[in-house]
Amino acid sequence: MKILVCISNVPDTTTKIKLAEGNSTIDTAGIQWVINPWDELSLTRALELRDDAASGIKSVTVAHVGPASSEPVIRKALAIGADEAIRVNANSPDAYYVAAQLAEVIKKEQFDIILCGIESSDYNGSLVGGMISEFLGIPSASGVSGIKIENGTAVVTRDIDGGKEILEMPVPFVAVVQKGIAKEPKIAAMRGIMLARTKQIKVYEPSAVEPLTNISVLEKPAPRSACRFIDAENPGQLIDLLRNEAKVI
Amino acid sequence: METVKLLKSGEFLVAETSPDDVFIPEEFNDEQRMIAQTCQDFLEAEVYPNMADLEKGDRELMKRILKKSGELGMMGISIPEEFGGFGQSFVSQMLVAETTGAGYSFSVAYMAHCGIGTLPIMYYGNKDQRERYVTKLATGELIGSYCLTEPGAGSDANSGKTNAKLSEDGKYYILNGQKMWITNAGFADTQVVFAKIDNDRVMSAFIVERNFTGVVVGNDEHKMGIRGSSTAQIYYNDVKVPVENLLGKRGEGFRIALSILHMGRLKLGANVVGAAKKAVTDSVKYANERKQFGVLISSFGAIKHKLASQVIRLFASESAVYRVSRDIDGMMETLKADCGDTGRASIEAISHYAVEAAILKVFGSEMLDFVADEAVQIHGGMGYSAEMDVERGYRDSRINRIFEGTNEINRLLVVDTAMKRAMKGEFDLFGKAEALFNDLDKITGGESSGESYFIEKSRYIQNFKKVIMICIHGAVKQFAKNLINEQEVLNNIADMMMETYVSESLLLRVTKLENLKEIKPVYRDILDVNVYDTAEIVRKSACDAIYSFASPETTTSLIKAIEALTTVRGVNVKDARRRIADKLIEDNRYGF
Repeated sequence: MKILVCISNVPDTTTKIKLAEGNSTIDTAGIQWVINPWDELSLTRALELRDDAASGIKSVTVAHVGPASSEPVIRKALAIGADEAIRVNANSPDAYYVAAQLAEVIKKEQFDIILCGIESSDYNGSLVGGMISEFLGIPSASGVSGIKIENGTAVVTRDIDGGKEILEMPVPFVAVVQKGIAKEPKIAAMRGIMLARTKQIKVYEPSAVEPLTNISVLEKPAPRSACRFIDAENPGQLIDLLRNEAKVI
Repeated sequence: METVKLLKSGEFLVAETSPDDVFIPEEFNDEQRMIAQTCQDFLEAEVYPNMADLEKGDRELMKRILKKSGELGMMGISIPEEFGGFGQSFVSQMLVAETTGAGYSFSVAYMAHCGIGTLPIMYYGNKDQRERYVTKLATGELIGSYCLTEPGAGSDANSGKTNAKLSEDGKYYILNGQKMWITNAGFADTQVVFAKIDNDRVMSAFIVERNFTGVVVGNDEHKMGIRGSSTAQIYYNDVKVPVENLLGKRGEGFRIALSILHMGRLKLGANVVGAAKKAVTDSVKYANERKQFGVLISSFGAIKHKLASQVIRLFASESAVYRVSRDIDGMMETLKADCGDTGRASIEAISHYAVEAAILKVFGSEMLDFVADEAVQIHGGMGYSAEMDVERGYRDSRINRIFEGTNEINRLLVVDTAMKRAMKGEFDLFGKAEALFNDLDKITGGESSGESYFIEKSRYIQNFKKVIMICIHGAVKQFAKNLINEQEVLNNIADMMMETYVSESLLLRVTKLENLKEIKPVYRDILDVNVYDTAEIVRKSACDAIYSFASPETTTSLIKAIEALTTVRGVNVKDARRRIADKLIEDNRYGF
């Protein structure tokens, strides 16, 4: 069996986001790009399965939709241990466009298990995994916090309200993965880093797909107002402020 | 001055360097960045969560963490592939040293293993020794240590009493003696031990295994800082060391010890850069959270002054670290082509840059002490609390001025080694110095109308070098062979040499950044303040030296020359520092 891990590159989580002129994109100057944390955990679990001889997983491939400038992040995934990498040479204007491009790749390359992070830490769309399964007409499970292979059958665990749901999934399928899938992201070993330079990144030109949405404007949250402390002996002042200033009662 | 592509050690005093011929950190490739990221990820996953237990002196925990770093390949960076490592460039080795430098006492244990614990065997061992030990040290299967210091032999390392005698059957050396301040002593599997065979004048080096009968490891010392690292005495009582474990030739130990110390000093220079980056980031994060008088303390000018001063010294120090590293890589390539042995070529190249190694060690350790001290101060009362990383960083910092040769010894080495290299004819220092000294009355600052920003800064740096040469010539003329006993004057000259080398490295970096179109106004601010400060340090050090050695007849003309050569254009240091601090505050981390 072959696993595909879909990865996106996102600004490092400590980045202070600045908006570019026009306020419809972010200013990318000085940003350090990293693998989306949920995708990184997916990759970690995929590699654990591959490295377990009993799982029957033979290879792990990563796929990414992005320009050549995103290759360092793909190279990082190869250093962590992915066997192969695919890049669709296009910017990613919206989730529909990305899912359509990845679905085309999957049709060409044929994978048994497709892992997508539940969301990306930049736009938090939570859309791509479900859309891929729809494009391909294959089953999907969302909110997946565990995946294993038992006697050749994929078994996934979903977190549901108040408990867990365990599903047997026929291949091929899409698993939309959340935290818990792996303990900690795998750290790239030095040997992996050296090997990554010898691995090829397969580049596909994008299919003719039109995005469905267009960002008209991005807004930063309004700055939080200062916290005010009211003396516990003076509840009347609190009520007055809530009623007349905050206007919440 | 003549422009030289690959400077010899100390040659910076008499030559210029093109920005194209220096390596700057902004030029790391993706692979180097990934290597650094792995080290950073390792610190965050394995070291920081265990810091409290490590500080309590849990030897087994430190050993486990060290071995995990070995499994990731972090211990094989400097080791050639044929001995189980990754054979990385010296620039990459220094990047790893820098990144792990933020790991507090783990950093000390890790660097002791990878550097002084492993590399003597890699550099001086024969094939059998490299295969038996280096292949396992490179993966963490074995943990290494280095045993040089004795109760009566610290800076004067060759005066040690540890002794080795060949056994009657000629199969063993019988080792007796005592070593102290041994990092990793509590759990190291191998020890590189220095001892004199019979009544030899100089030491030899031996590879000793912890489980050899007669090796006794003492309890860990209670230390001011780096409490997570094991530091203990080791006693050797009739230890039978197989003759195959003599490292290098008989009597080569002192040379090995000195060469390895040069390497240790260079790596320490990188290590402290990593530690300082962590302290600066801790400082600005706290300043961006702590409010007083209703506003964040990062908005106060006094705090901005501290933050910017941390950044300036750190950025300058980092510039020097990677400048030397690239020179060493260049020298290694040349020597490898000559001798064919990677290990020997590496240590010869490292040893060649003894002047710069001492500069990085002294400047870097004092930079970190300054940064760590200001980090505590920015934290105010919280900085004195053992809960805060900056408190540990402050205590941990202090050792850097002591080990790998004290800063006092290293200051003397900066001047002494440069002068010896010049005397050997590696570059013309004394001829140029004499020419300057003989024409003191004609010396001016050399300002020309319409000179560009970088030409002006470069002129200042070349003027500082002239000051150094004048002082060297004057001191040699006055004290001749007794100069070695005039340590205060040598310290003055060392301070000028260090500040000038670092400022020049910074100038080359900022110039190259602008050539590469990486233009950020704060880089010029950093350079402006640094050169302005360096001029003052050079002027004061030169005056201190001159008043100490010059006759009344020559003092006036000497001081006049020094004033001319250290006069620099005034800088609005308040605004420059504020701009530097504002970038740090905006980024909320060290991101220069």
